[in-house]
Amino acid sequence: MTPYPFTAIVAQDELKLALQIATVDRSIGGVLAFGDRGTGKSTTIRALARLLPPMRVVASCPYHCDPADARARCPHCAEAAGEREAIETPVPVVDLPLGATEDRVVGALDLEAALTRGERRFSPGLLAAAHRGFLYIDEVNLLPDHLVDLLLDVAASGENVVEREGLSVRHPARFVLIGSGNPEEGELRPQLLDRFGLSLEVRTPDEVATRVEVVKRRMRYDQDPEAFAAAWAEDEAALIVRLRDARARLPEVAVSDAVIERASRLCQALGTDGLRGELTLIRAARAAASLDAQREVADVHLAQVAPLALRHRLRRAPLDDVGSGARVQKAVEDVLGG
Amino acid sequence: MSGWPDVARVAELLSVDPDGLGGVRLRGRPGPHRRRVLEWVRERLAPEAPFRRLPAHVTEDRLLGGLALAETLRSGRAVMEQGVLARSDGGLLVVAMAERAEREVVAHLCAALDRGAITVERDGMSAEASCRVGLIALDEGIDEEHVDPALADRLAFALDLDALDPRGGAAPEHGPEEVARARARLPHVSLGDDIIAALSEAAQALGVEALRPLLLAAKAARAHAALLGRTRVEEEDAGMAARLVLGPRATRAPSAEPEEAAEREAEEGDPDPGGAGAAAAGERADGADEAPPGEVPLGDLVLAAAESGIPAGLLDALDVGTTRRAGATGRSGATRIGPSGGRPAGTRAAPPTRGQRLNVVETLRAAAPWQRLRGGGFGAGVRVRPEDFRVTRHRQPIESCVIFAVDASGSAALRRLAEAKGAVERVLGDCYVRRDHVALVAFRQDGAELLLPPTRSLARVRRSLAALAGGGATPLAAGIDAAHRLALDARGRGREPIVVVMTDGRANVTRDGRRDPAVATTDALESARGLQRAAVPTLFLDTAPRPRRRARELAEAMDARYLPLPYLDAAGISRHVQALAREGAR
Repeated sequence: MTPYPFTAIVAQDELKLALQIATVDRSIGGVLAFGDRGTGKSTTIRALARLLPPMRVVASCPYHCDPADARARCPHCAEAAGEREAIETPVPVVDLPLGATEDRVVGALDLEAALTRGERRFSPGLLAAAHRGFLYIDEVNLLPDHLVDLLLDVAASGENVVEREGLSVRHPARFVLIGSGNPEEGELRPQLLDRFGLSLEVRTPDEVATRVEVVKRRMRYDQDPEAFAAAWAEDEAALIVRLRDARARLPEVAVSDAVIERASRLCQALGTDGLRGELTLIRAARAAASLDAQREVADVHLAQVAPLALRHRLRRAPLDDVGSGARVQKAVEDVLGG
Repeated sequence: MSGWPDVARVAELLSVDPDGLGGVRLRGRPGPHRRRVLEWVRERLAPEAPFRRLPAHVTEDRLLGGLALAETLRSGRAVMEQGVLARSDGGLLVVAMAERAEREVVAHLCAALDRGAITVERDGMSAEASCRVGLIALDEGIDEEHVDPALADRLAFALDLDALDPRGGAAPEHGPEEVARARARLPHVSLGDDIIAALSEAAQALGVEALRPLLLAAKAARAHAALLGRTRVEEEDAGMAARLVLGPRATRAPSAEPEEAAEREAEEGDPDPGGAGAAAAGERADGADEAPPGEVPLGDLVLAAAESGIPAGLLDALDVGTTRRAGATGRSGATRIGPSGGRPAGTRAAPPTRGQRLNVVETLRAAAPWQRLRGGGFGAGVRVRPEDFRVTRHRQPIESCVIFAVDASGSAALRRLAEAKGAVERVLGDCYVRRDHVALVAFRQDGAELLLPPTRSLARVRRSLAALAGGGATPLAAGIDAAHRLALDARGRGREPIVVVMTDGRANVTRDGRRDPAVATTDALESARGLQRAAVPTLFLDTAPRPRRRARELAEAMDARYLPLPYLDAAGISRHVQALAREGAR
């Protein structure tokens, strides 16, 4: 089915910003979107697939290796040396369904080849399919802990190592992990929270005009997805260009010492643990500046991304009810405002 | 509400637009009424539309599809089999005992409703199948057991069959041919902004903030217009949609907006309270519709219709400050998270003996490399030898469920409730870190109330604790009994229950609700012995400022560990609970 266009999504600005940052700087560490039920989290994230420029891959390589990258040798490309014909393919957005078994996630012995030809072959799993793309987990808070651990490990190391059924395979698996969920149905283990780069809370819009618009667009889409998508094609095209330019510009965006210093004061004021928060904050601000067509990171970019990069890194008591986003906002005002 | 005419109308609307409306939750015991409603829907569906039944404990591979074992073995290559969801594409799926559905099954049903398609990633297979389906979720839950809120949220309608006139009533007005014509008309039905705005205002006035109910109401209004032969949604359609979709989801009465009403009154300077109310309502609908002055604005009509759909008793519960919220009322969270069989921790080579489950795919994998040598393989079937057998190993985590029974009565509450809350929070916080379940029963006045069904959600814990009010008499026996029932229920779901009773032990309400301290004390002792016979590990926290003998006797009767609260801080209590959990696990 034709996905709902990203640019047709009403409100949800923070979610849209976080996803765009993650496409501009893929090393940001993934996005976690928690919030109310029925706010279109999944729709927004699936609409992402539309925004990404196609990537060049080695034809017939199940791991989508980049033909220009001589280092990244997957098992396939290592065998078929020389044959590196390049084709273009859309950036994969892989859904991890809640019931997925571990063998399907990491890959396993190819049953068909083994049964019919007696060959011992590796059948790549979802991690391979998501390489150079996005891995989306809805209800990440309900996924068994051992799978979440596994996914975060691979996401951090960029490599999937399989040792099973007499197979010994390692292949690159660099993907942006996107998790969503509803805290009413169980929360994510605190240890896993800060392994996501950006996090945000999704809220239901309460203005009548906005709500009417959401319903209207959704009904038009449900009635004729193709026609609806066509009506938004121009906006989508403009955004694709914007994202492409932002990605190309990113290495040239400068970060001054003053900005780094303010970022670090912000983290100090909030008492975030470790350096990860600071690094993510600066990276996200850089991506935001690039999206803004700027060549230098300014305070406004820091302020824009601070809640995304920091709200899940604050120390808080388990039953602390004060919104973390509000605390970050206040610190931003204190550090950057004055 | 939920009279027979409403039930008949829901059956008609659902057969006009099954997948658009998501479906209906039918609460009530099995019987002729339920069969009758199902029959109404079935005979009105398009002839080619599937109408299937999903058994109560469906496995994931039957639901989604997976490896067809017999076919795979015969042909020597992996053969996929369609699951029930894919085979219900374009029709309706009747989910039996939906309130007991495993969390994973619920998640798949939700995903199918959201996307109109399912993705299968199992057994080394990957496939996408169309799945535009509506659900009839049969809910046989009693008391606090409900269909998972995530699923209920996606179904436009909810009907309570037990509340209907048992002698029966109106049947649908529109027959299968008329419904078929309505289906054909549906894509041409237009829906004005004023109607959506009126629905949105009605939803917000009733405390229904989420967008999905609004979208479902808008779709129900269109289906209703189509059913009545119109190509444009009118007031009446919106009213019916509000009544059937929004009313049952109300979390507050529309009048419960005192500050807003007062504001408007002040603005208008109208001293007459009756007139102010009407004027305020009129202003609210301004800009949303062009009703000429003198006519009742559309927003009010829709809101009134939605109000008529609020089930009796729903808002009473809200008024007394319980945590019941239509959007968030969970069935006992107990069954909703994960299977209790422990997570699979790989496989090992072993013959499948008692209690072990053969892992077919892994067994085939083990056999596969040897097929040539054994003369099996393509066309000749697969030769499986005993040494190929693989069984799934499960790591059995010891999941516990800590049940708090908190005395919120006058004798205990006024002095100690704040401290009790502090202790509960601390223990809950620690349980949360270990991913245990917690439940909270409060007892005061006439009886015990389940404030928090077993859950791991901190958001819900926070709300429940905030809503915990104090004061009134002490129905101690009822409180212990409630904790006892919850403990047995937890055990039934494979969890190790731990009961924490917080009271000063001074009972004055008997089990049957009379004020009689002497009998109440005897009743409480009897309940305590009941708990002891069930051998549930119990912690008794005496909340009296000066511990008395009576509380100690109670604790002994339930064979509980007795701790006087004045000498403990929250962290100390949490340590005791954890120690008890470890002992119980052994």
